[in-house]
Amino acid sequence: MNFYAVKAIYVYEMARTFRTIYQSILAPVISTSLYFVVFGAAIGSRITAVEGVSYGAFIVPGLIMLSLLTQSISNASFGIYFPKFTGTIYEVLSAPVSYVEVLLGYVGAAATKSIILGVIILATATLFVPLEVAHPLIMATFLVLTAVTFSLFGFIIGIWADSFEKLQIIPLLIVMPLTFLGGSFYSLDMLPPFWQTVTLFNPVVYLVSGFRWSFYELADVSLWVSIGMTSVFLAGCLVTVWWIFNTGYQLKA
Amino acid sequence: MNKQSIISIRGLSKTYDGGFEALTDVDLEIRKGEIFALLGPNGAGKTTLINVVCGIVNPTEGRVTVDGHDIIADFRATRSMIGLVPQEMPTEAFETVWNTVSFSRGLFGRPANPGHIESVLKSLSLWDKKDNKLMTLSGGMKRRVLIAKALSHEPRILFLDEPTAGVDVELRQDMWNLVRGLRDSGVTIILTTHYIEEAEQMAERVGIINRGSLILVQNKQELMHRLGNKQLRLHLHEPLKSVPESLSGFDLEFVPESCELVYTYHSQRERTGVTMLLIALGEEGITFHDVDTKQSSLEEIFVNLVTWEK
Repeated sequence: MNFYAVKAIYVYEMARTFRTIYQSILAPVISTSLYFVVFGAAIGSRITAVEGVSYGAFIVPGLIMLSLLTQSISNASFGIYFPKFTGTIYEVLSAPVSYVEVLLGYVGAAATKSIILGVIILATATLFVPLEVAHPLIMATFLVLTAVTFSLFGFIIGIWADSFEKLQIIPLLIVMPLTFLGGSFYSLDMLPPFWQTVTLFNPVVYLVSGFRWSFYELADVSLWVSIGMTSVFLAGCLVTVWWIFNTGYQLKA
Repeated sequence: MNKQSIISIRGLSKTYDGGFEALTDVDLEIRKGEIFALLGPNGAGKTTLINVVCGIVNPTEGRVTVDGHDIIADFRATRSMIGLVPQEMPTEAFETVWNTVSFSRGLFGRPANPGHIESVLKSLSLWDKKDNKLMTLSGGMKRRVLIAKALSHEPRILFLDEPTAGVDVELRQDMWNLVRGLRDSGVTIILTTHYIEEAEQMAERVGIINRGSLILVQNKQELMHRLGNKQLRLHLHEPLKSVPESLSGFDLEFVPESCELVYTYHSQRERTGVTMLLIALGEEGITFHDVDTKQSSLEEIFVNLVTWEK
């Protein structure tokens, strides 16, 4: 294992975050705070509690997931796309590093940034709503699992994309709608039966549900189903990355 | 010079997805500690060859070993020995010189060594720019940064793909002094260049590649001797109106009414014809006040070879 290479990529990518701290950390925190103000305080005060949890507190896990998903994808996709765009990828391709090490460096850094962001948003939420975490360990597990899984997904998008438009198209047209329709702002019980069934095809539902359970022991689907579905998605991403590295897709001629 | 091979290329071919055949059955041995110049026109396959050895492009056929290690099966060993200065100038605009060079060292599996990075930056006159972002540097300075990145992990083999393209004369001289210094310290250097005079000055052996095939590999001096013509230039006292009939058997060039007569001959032949020419000139009463000779340059040889290939 080339630990020096993993460290070099990881530190390099993390340094990019701190160089762009307003964009990487501050902007998501502000936008999430706005969600708390609008949906939690303004509108939420007129919505009845969901199974005993105030609406403001109910949406906290969903909002953290919203940021975690979008930032994991954004960080990882940009992290690998940028060297492709500038041409500096030649150095990674010619270095004595295995694909696992490349992955550990890029995806590890992207996931770390997202986790830091998730924790900051969690801390910010306590300023707006009374918050309790019933199962901190499970919450942390979901946080890490989601950050890693969607950083892998972002890495795949970054490899696949050959333009800035492609880099944005999946996060904007697929991930964002799935996230909004994944139960971040509502319980599935609030939907008509038909849409409850349709929603079960949305992988984000399982993430939000499991994550929310770790806070309030409230879930739309079983915790184990949530963990299982997330693991399936993680496995799917790993298989895709394995295929990319084995074929050199979009990396090597 | 040590004649031991450090890079061995056997039957190497590369066909890109679009069907373009960039390399065709290339065999090449690079000797340890030499400076090898790879010459060829644009699109000849120089960069593809380098990229295959460095691991950036997958070969279609053939085998490449570096110091006895296969570049695919034992890529860690081979790549850790190689430094690459690419033809393009890809840089991370917002990074500082120090960070980007240190990153390269780590990427190639070497522990941090600020002393070495400092020494590399100083040798490339980059030390006072170490905290500058790459976007603030001139093209020549960026080229130096790429060389610094390639040298950061102390490679035993250095590929320089058109390293002096677009840099000024002073920087070019600095670079070649650095390259000579590296060669003296035992680093094997493979360079491609469009500046053939550079290959002529720097390289010990020359390979000429055209349309994906290696036309010729030879010691530079031997190549120039083997393929190079020599010209004898006579500066006459009186201009000639025409070449006398008795001199028609010689390969002579002259501009009517000029005072110069040029005789082209092959310097390696047993009989060059120089003595016969001088006798014939004396018999015709043609006198001269000065004489000089000129060996064909590598550039002329290269152009002749590539033109002949077409």
